[in-house]
Amino acid sequence: MIFKGRVWLLLREGKLIDDIDTDMIFHNKYLAITEIAEMGQYAFDNLEGYKDFAKKAQPGDIVITGQNFGSGSSRQHAVDCFVALKTVCVAAESFGAIYKRNAINSGFPILTIKNIDLGQVKTGDTVEMDSEAGTIKNDGKEIGTLEPLSTVQKDILKAGNVFEYAKTL
Amino acid sequence: MGKTLVEKILAAHADEDVTAGKIVWIRIDVRSARDFGGANVVKNFKKYYPGEKVEDLEKTFFTFDCNVPANTIPYANNQQVCRNFAWDQGVKLYDVDAGIGSHVMIEEGIGYPGTTVVGTDSHLNIMGAVGAFGQGMGDQDIAFVFKTGKTWFEIPGSILVNIKGELPVTCSAKDLTLFITGKLGTKTALGKAIEFRGPAIDKLDLAGRITLASMATEMGAIIGLIVPNKEVLEHFGHTEALTPDADAVYEKTIDLDISNLKPQIAKPPKPDAVVDVESLKNVKIHSVFIGSCTNGTYEDIAKVAKIMNGRKVKPGIVATLVPATMKGWKRLLKEGHISTLIEAGFVISNPGCGGCASGQIGMTGEGQVHVSTSNRNFAGKQGAGDTYLASPETAVASAILGRIATLQEVE
Repeated sequence: MIFKGRVWLLLREGKLIDDIDTDMIFHNKYLAITEIAEMGQYAFDNLEGYKDFAKKAQPGDIVITGQNFGSGSSRQHAVDCFVALKTVCVAAESFGAIYKRNAINSGFPILTIKNIDLGQVKTGDTVEMDSEAGTIKNDGKEIGTLEPLSTVQKDILKAGNVFEYAKTL
Repeated sequence: MGKTLVEKILAAHADEDVTAGKIVWIRIDVRSARDFGGANVVKNFKKYYPGEKVEDLEKTFFTFDCNVPANTIPYANNQQVCRNFAWDQGVKLYDVDAGIGSHVMIEEGIGYPGTTVVGTDSHLNIMGAVGAFGQGMGDQDIAFVFKTGKTWFEIPGSILVNIKGELPVTCSAKDLTLFITGKLGTKTALGKAIEFRGPAIDKLDLAGRITLASMATEMGAIIGLIVPNKEVLEHFGHTEALTPDADAVYEKTIDLDISNLKPQIAKPPKPDAVVDVESLKNVKIHSVFIGSCTNGTYEDIAKVAKIMNGRKVKPGIVATLVPATMKGWKRLLKEGHISTLIEAGFVISNPGCGGCASGQIGMTGEGQVHVSTSNRNFAGKQGAGDTYLASPETAVASAILGRIATLQEVE
């Protein structure tokens, strides 16, 4: 599968930010919200340096971040806020375990970055990620590589979500 | 090839070979949702399974613990959505008076050694304390399990954490837990199962095991498992526990010596920024919170009451306390600990999570320095203050002296 979009690099001191937890992605004060459409406006509003993300994000954006993205709570909101913003995918060096499941089961694409040359990409560039070839390209030039998707992730993405996937079994 | 403990528990719930790395469908013994996430579980269930019933009423539960009783109208609405669904379906509901769901499940024997337990609580892997597999999940995942009774898992690889030496008398289970969290960080065990082993682990009582297992989440692990000892087995009326095979394959073995351990504390804003308490002795504090799924058991709070007997919280320090369950609360009341704590200057709330997920107790304002027995101190999580994570002993000593302190300083 190909994921193409305008990139947000979540950086601190020149490095991708590690350990962004679910309270930084979607703070617990908004947890009583149940409408996905209302969740987008709060994405990253507790992440220092990116509190205006939701205002500036556009449909079709891609988020690139560091290790252990989405650690912390089990809240689905931390995935659904990107669904609401029509974000194409989140690519991280690794994901928190619950976050990974929540994203996979809801059919929101998450990609694991093996390596990326941060010298060759900046926020606002249009990047293309190919989950089959395992490549990250900026303007046609390869700038990094991706881990392959697991079979179950591929199957659920194809079906739409875990509920639809279960019907195919 | 031998199996690890997580492989053995999950294999007993699968119809195919269970080996680390494989994706396997697992039968789930206990399916739960709380007031946080619960309303969305109901919403998803109704959307994808309109008019249908949950798969097994005996195995399905609601446990309210985040915001109890609701202090916001949206939370009140969400709780009522769960109640209506529970009453309509006949699902057992532990309402706002019961306490923290995971603790209630252990107390009531709903989740017991060898079982698989899921719910909308990221600290549900606390079930590792009794040698069960617990897992926090999002609302879609749980709605799916309510209906099907099973879900897929990528079987985690296991890391063996071998604790050498005895726990010094000046330290408690939380010090051990913070020490391990500091050593492992958030990435060593990311996505893995941990098995804790060693003589000091064997000796931990159930409350201590709960403390240790609860912070597997902060270690990035899927779960931290402890093989039940006699006390734990007796709690459930069991005589035998599942154990890992002698030739089980671990991805890594980490040896940690605790013979010279000193009381530990995690500095804001990371649970793994762990240092000796004595290195922060000059830090003045404004408030203390005792409770949470990590340190809210009867044992934790009775210990605090015994220390406070005849002592006072330093004037100007806000000291709050939330027992984990109503059963624990009642026992503390009956034994006189509640009145000791109130006389000492504590504000005591009804059982539940406290402030962890937009609850009520333990919030901080800008500039507030806070010592908490909880498990997370991420920036902004419970307000703009700086939260230090420590043992009940350290928290209570700090409340007495108005600065970060070890228990030895007040004794």
